[in-house]
Amino acid sequence: MAALVEVRSLSKVYLRGKEQIEVLHHVDLDISAGDFLALMGPSGSGKTTLLNLIGGLDSPTDGTITVDGKRIDRLSESALAKWRSSNVGFVFQFYNLLPMLSARQNVELPLLLTKLSASQRRRNAGIALELVGLAARAAHKPSELSGGEQQRVAIARAIVSDPTLLVCDEPTGDLDRQSAADILTLLRQLNRDHKKTVIMVTHDPKAAEYAGYIRHLDKGTLVAGAGSVA
Amino acid sequence: MKYLHLVWAALFRRKTRTVFTLLSVLAAFLLFGLLDSVRSAFAAAGQSVAGVDRLVTVSKISFIVSLPKSLYGRIQLVPGVRQLTYANWFGGIYQDPKNFFANEAIAGNFLDLYPEWQLPDDERKAFRNTRTGAIVGRSLADKYHWKLGDKIPLQATIFPQKGGSNTWTFDIVGIYRVTNPKLKAQEEALFFNWDYFDEARQFGTGTVGWYILKVADPAQADRIAAAVDALSVNSDHETKTQTEQAFRVAFVSQFADIGLIVGAIMGAVFFTLVLLTGNTMAQAVRERISEIAILKTIGFSNHSVLGLVLAESVLLLLLGGAVGLAVAGVVVEAVRTAMGPAIPMAPVGGATWVRGAALMLGIGLVVGAVPASRGMRLRIVDALANR
Repeated sequence: MAALVEVRSLSKVYLRGKEQIEVLHHVDLDISAGDFLALMGPSGSGKTTLLNLIGGLDSPTDGTITVDGKRIDRLSESALAKWRSSNVGFVFQFYNLLPMLSARQNVELPLLLTKLSASQRRRNAGIALELVGLAARAAHKPSELSGGEQQRVAIARAIVSDPTLLVCDEPTGDLDRQSAADILTLLRQLNRDHKKTVIMVTHDPKAAEYAGYIRHLDKGTLVAGAGSVA
Repeated sequence: MKYLHLVWAALFRRKTRTVFTLLSVLAAFLLFGLLDSVRSAFAAAGQSVAGVDRLVTVSKISFIVSLPKSLYGRIQLVPGVRQLTYANWFGGIYQDPKNFFANEAIAGNFLDLYPEWQLPDDERKAFRNTRTGAIVGRSLADKYHWKLGDKIPLQATIFPQKGGSNTWTFDIVGIYRVTNPKLKAQEEALFFNWDYFDEARQFGTGTVGWYILKVADPAQADRIAAAVDALSVNSDHETKTQTEQAFRVAFVSQFADIGLIVGAIMGAVFFTLVLLTGNTMAQAVRERISEIAILKTIGFSNHSVLGLVLAESVLLLLLGGAVGLAVAGVVVEAVRTAMGPAIPMAPVGGATWVRGAALMLGIGLVVGAVPASRGMRLRIVDALANR
């Protein structure tokens, strides 16, 4: 079976002043549909950069990225934005909710880019919030929610447009142990029950245990021999 | 429309700052409404006299240039002229130059052309029979606590007496009222007998300041005005016949170029507004860099972000500007009611709203352009990493 995500000889070089910094060095990676991958590695190893490239937030310096048969490394900025809106859901460490909108309005945001009617958007957002166990808090603003609840709203926002791929950057990095466990359980549930392919960057070995398998990055290169946790 | 709640929420993210900015926009457009009303009144004055039954004939050169009294008989013969009178600006000062009010010498039949001024018969008779008699409006009399029988000294600024004295003393023999509240400002004046003025003044005898004529058919006003002005074509005293409103406008224009003043004030106000709202918008977008990055992350295109920020700044201007213009409309009506035609002001109508809306849109786009372009060019990964 062809991989959902195919990364081939991927390199990323940043310019810092006149200095060139190679963050990723000829990375090859395959992720199958339905996988739950944890990317681990020390700070500066290129985990977030790789995640951003797979999620279409950044463009590689060299190499190719194919997601579900589509070369996204060649897409223009506007085409990439359109692709992200229907194919990828993002979850960040600091939730990144819009503070002036309610939980439901935050979840509805990706649906504003679709042709759904207002009532359909509202219904879909309600379903997503129910899935993450926050239907009762739909009218609350982020400031009225706990960290764990905010992260669940962020997950609802990530899945509301039913993307194939969920990319999560340190999703439990700002949470207490219990809330972190709840979020990771939710991600695993989305992976197992709803067949979402999840790629998660984490520093935390305990968090990585929730994934199907782990890959380690070091100095911009994938470490060979990293394996399954399940 | 589906993005409106997003724009609205962004606008009121910092309520206090937005409210103060809205108040600034409101004040600017209130001022715009008031000044545009004055400008419109000046611009419209003198365009046509059709439909008006009272016209004023003045020197074509300037309001302050006198006309020969010999014109009286010739104007009277113009077909359609029903009544004719004349008057002269006196410009006297009562006690202190700050006590400004209109004071004029008027012909004996002057009051016949102003039936809306109510003067009791006995006072009207006394005015006619008292050489130094004067009538004053009720508002003016109340202001200076004048009553019938009082002697009022005015210091001449233009017309000294033949003996060289600048002091003209008048006996108040009548107090007139104007019942129409919109014309109440006409009570702020003093009128005295022409004969006394013409005989006692040191110069100018045999000339008048302006003629006032009443036409039989207002629909013929344009034709009559043209016929009156034709009487003195190519003479040294060519005339211009216009409405009373245009006459007042010309009077005020003697003192200043209203269009230039209005333009200069509005230019300064809007320049300040651009700086103020521009700063607010720049600050608002700077604070929301990570939120804009999230919008782009979930699929909002660069142009969507550009549109959202521009919509926010235009909405800011539209909200404040619309309220400001609405308040200007109320204030203008109140001033028109209180002051009547003394202060030329046109109602805040459709044309002012169109000009105002264009300004709101233009300023909104200008002040939103820089922050919107910054939001559009934002690199997601840099913004999310707080770089």
